[in-house]
Amino acid sequence: MSDVAHADHGHAEHPKVPYFLIAGALFVMTVITIAVSYVNLGKMGNVALALFVASIKASLVMLFFMHLKYERKTLIIISLVPYGLALILLLALFPDIVFG
Amino acid sequence: MSHAHVIDPAEPAIEDVYNGKLAMWLFLCSEVMFFSGLLGAYIALRLNNPEIFEASQKQLHDHVGLAAFNTLLLISSSLTMALAVLHGQNKNTAKQRLMLLVTAVMGTLFLGLKFYEYSTHIRVGEVPSKDMFFAFYYTLTGLHGFHILCGVVPMVGLWYYAGKQDVSAETEMVGLYWHFVDLVWIFLFPMLYLI
Repeated sequence: MSDVAHADHGHAEHPKVPYFLIAGALFVMTVITIAVSYVNLGKMGNVALALFVASIKASLVMLFFMHLKYERKTLIIISLVPYGLALILLLALFPDIVFG
Repeated sequence: MSHAHVIDPAEPAIEDVYNGKLAMWLFLCSEVMFFSGLLGAYIALRLNNPEIFEASQKQLHDHVGLAAFNTLLLISSSLTMALAVLHGQNKNTAKQRLMLLVTAVMGTLFLGLKFYEYSTHIRVGEVPSKDMFFAFYYTLTGLHGFHILCGVVPMVGLWYYAGKQDVSAETEMVGLYWHFVDLVWIFLFPMLYLI
């Protein structure tokens, strides 16, 4: 029995995840991040762009490699909670950042 | 499948969330907080001491190529890990074991290159005590490297046991962990080397 036939019959509920496409996108975005870091967009511009691209890459990893796109809503909510807490943590550090 | 299994399109599921998988997700939630604390401290101290951080960060510029290669290595290893999980679920043990082994080798190579990078820094006196930037550099990449090691060891174990029993669920759990380690590096690489 071929892999494809096996996958179709035994695990019909498994979605086809475009793993190679996602890996390709992550490769391209890594190259873009490095290339753009040599272009002067102003300190904040470079930082914002690098973190924006990193966030997209992280989202792709979570959605496709970690299968979050195909998971139950409960698990998706659980997995997102710490990002809210991390945001609160950064906001709590804000006075230290501003007033040093 | 012997009986019709209706899947609500709004709730597509790869399979049921078993205890181990839920436990791994909860552990990864705590890991997010662990790294958030460190990165938060890095951001706060860096914004208050821009001169120290930027002067020392320039020392990493010679290593951007190596770090970029390591980044691509980790992304590739995430791909092979995802394929290991897929082959495990499809009961294709030979391919599952091959992908586990390839992933473990790439993880080990990442660590090897990281240690080479450390050695080039240490040789010129860029040790953790040099300044705040290097303290963070070694703490963040060291803890990340430790996470890599903690992924490679069970991977080798899975490679061994996959030949004896069904370890597809365990492979998925280690896979989730491995993708998270990749995710952390996605942020560490630009924050330490590029910006």
